[in-house]
Formats: sequence, C-alpha cells, structure tokens
Amino acid sequence: MRPVAVIGAGKTPFGAFPDRDLRSLAVEAGDKALRNANAAPAQIQSFYLGNFSGPAFVGQNHLAPYVSTALGIAGVPSTRVEAACASSGSAFYHAWAEVASGINDVVMVVGVEKMTSQTTARVSEILAEAGDCSGEMKAGNTFASLFAMIARRHMHDFGTKKEHLAAVAVKNHANGALNPEAHLRKVITLEQAMAGKPVADPLNIYDCSLISDGGAAVILAPLERAREFTNKPVMVLGIAQASDFVALDQKEDITTFPAVRRAGDKAYSSAGVTANDIQFAELHDCFTIAEIIASEDLGFVKRGQGGPYAFEGCTRRDGARPVNPSGGLKSKGHPVGATGVAQICELVTQIRGEAGERQLARHSLGLAENLGGSGATCVVSILGAA
Amino acid sequence: MRSGTVYTETVIYSAPEAFVNEAPYQTAIVTLDGGGRVTGRIEGNRAKIDDRVVEVEERGGVPFFKKA
Repeated sequence: MRPVAVIGAGKTPFGAFPDRDLRSLAVEAGDKALRNANAAPAQIQSFYLGNFSGPAFVGQNHLAPYVSTALGIAGVPSTRVEAACASSGSAFYHAWAEVASGINDVVMVVGVEKMTSQTTARVSEILAEAGDCSGEMKAGNTFASLFAMIARRHMHDFGTKKEHLAAVAVKNHANGALNPEAHLRKVITLEQAMAGKPVADPLNIYDCSLISDGGAAVILAPLERAREFTNKPVMVLGIAQASDFVALDQKEDITTFPAVRRAGDKAYSSAGVTANDIQFAELHDCFTIAEIIASEDLGFVKRGQGGPYAFEGCTRRDGARPVNPSGGLKSKGHPVGATGVAQICELVTQIRGEAGERQLARHSLGLAENLGGSGATCVVSILGAA
Repeated sequence: MRSGTVYTETVIYSAPEAFVNEAPYQTAIVTLDGGGRVTGRIEGNRAKIDDRVVEVEERGGVPFFKKA
C-alpha cells in the first residue's frame, strides 16, 4: 500500500434548498473540490458516489454516472456506494483503497443527499429501510426510536443522564453557530435542550440530527503526486471499515458498537497512533447518544463514562479534545449520503488551518467516525498534516 | 404464548408514515425466556427495563406484549 493524500475538498452549504436538485448539489461540491485541487475533470481516473436513497428521496437511480458526467468526468469507472448513513464514508474508504493499491492515481469521491422534498414522516420511513425491515422496523420503530432504546439501556447500565445527552446538543449547536455552512446556526441552552418536543423517549427533538440537503466532495492522489496539485495535501494516515448486525436485537450488548471499535482499532494501528494522540474529531452524532458511545468505543474515554465526559466540557472546542467543531450532524446538518465526506472536508479544513472563526488551536491530527444504521457499518479515518 | 424480560424500550411520539395514527406507542426489545431477543410492541401499562412481559398476540408478524 502506498501513502495517500487528500488533494482537494469542497462542499455545499447544508440546509433545506427547495430550488436545488440532487445533481446540482453533487456538481457544486465536485466543482469546488476540483478547483480546490487545481485539477481538471479529465484528470479524474475513477469516481465514487456515496448516496443512501436517491431512488426513494428523489426518484432517480443509476446515480454515479448521472453525477460524474455532469461534472465533465467522462468514460471512467463511476460507482455508487450505499451503506446507509455511512454511504460516503464507505465510498471514501473504497476510493482510498483504489489509490493506495495503485489501481488509479486520481480518484474523486462525492457524497450527496436530497431529503427535504419529502415530509418528516416519509423521511423517517425511507431512513427506516436501513434497519431490519423484516423485524424491528415492522414493529413501528424509527432510527430515533432505535437510538432511544440504546440511550435507555446506556442510562440503565451506566447511569447516563438526560443532561449528558443535552450537553452534546448544546455543544454542537454552539459549534455550528460558528460554521457559515451549517444548516441550523442557533445557540441553545441546556434548559432548552432538556425541554424539546419528545420524539422517542428519552430523546427529544434536540437529541436528533437534522433532515438536510447537501453535497460534499474530496479528491485523492498518491502522496508522491500530491504536490503536483496542491501545496496543502492532507495525509490519510489510517482508515478502516467494519460491519456488524443490521438488527439491534441481534446484538449482545447495544450500549457499544463493535464495528466502531474494530474500525477504530484498525485505523489507529495503521496510522501508528493511539486515541490519546487524536487532537480533534468529527463523530457521527446522528443522535446525541451516538456521539457519547462513539467517544467510548474510540477510546477517548472509558466505557460508560461518555456522558459525564461530554457534560464536563472535555469535548467542547475549548476542551481537551474537541468533538464536532463543524457543529456535527446536529447543527451542520445530516444529508445522510453526504455526511461521511463532509466529515473528511472538516478534517481537511481544520488541518490546513482554514476553518476561520471555528479554527481549533490544536489541529494537526484529526479523526472522523461515520456510522451506518444502528452500527452495522462504520468507517474510521485518521488524517494529518503532510 | 412467549414470555420474557424487557431488555430496553422506548415510547415513540414521532412515527413513520405508516404508523402516524398509532402514536404514541411503546416498542421494546425483549429477552425471551427460551433464549434470544425479539423486537415488538408493548400494549397497556408502560413497561420498564427488567419488567416481566407476556406475549398477548402477533399482528402482521409483530409480537405484542403486556406487563406480566
């Protein structure tokens, strides 16, 4: 395997954009990444698209060439990857593997989702297709209710409190307020976060990420060629993807995600770093409890202690190890197929020192964790300054 | 009918389209006495983690439990 670098990154703002379609969002992100990498479409040798459910959300399938040709990328392999909310994290992993193994040199990854043309109830139904539709989802569950059951058990086993969950929402909203491309730039108080409209007990509206439209893109190249394109390459130091059961009721213990632990361990080992070395992270806060559990599974804090860890401020932007400086899925927004690559974009922006008002003090080594479903897919990426 | 213990549970207020008219309703993962776990619905009084439940019926492939 040869060393791989991100040579360009670009994304759309995230939000509800009634006038934009899926392809225009994907093309905007792709164009920005091409410009950022000083690359021409003809230089892209392979194209990956991360997208969860274009067919259900907007009635369009065969999405990878549908997007790549619109970007002026012609003739090359063009592949869509679907792994629920980890679709573009997984696309990024496969693009990395293609460059690392030497199959191709310059590979683009775009993640996109267009969700807001559907009602919330219909969005819940489409997202539920990422669960086990022959079991848990037939009972009327949603992803919010699956994570509510995870939260309920975490509270039972470890004494995690509603305040701990709310602290994650407060922190991510404060971070997102500094991000000009975030969907919901609104500072909230702990009292507000505690008193939100109930969604699935114990989760309320402030525990849940947003339904968003948006696209994100990055371009990868072997490190040895990176400086042909940019003087600010960012290294992919370690990356791994892992899997687990789709149905929650098949898991021995729902308060931990084995796929996160496996992907994390492997990514740390290939990067030659430990959890303690990580300076900041983008963790998949589809629900507040998911960020808490990810901080445990990735070894930022001991098992069961993720709630107090967040509540005491360790993950705030002025804390020991900031988590979700972008605002996370909670505030930046969660166009599900775009999320994995958007996390990579935030790492690249922070590592390059280009994050403006939300720039972190320590920013040379960052980790992104992209989760699919209730933990059936996880991709962990560790990026650092080249 | 099967019986077991509640492993975890929630009450759903924001339901998917097909279940909107039933909200709020309780779902749970139940550890069955015979082994294994199943996801189903709880009817009647709210059940908490570690409560004993018994299956009262199966509707559309979904087990419905109530507190024992």
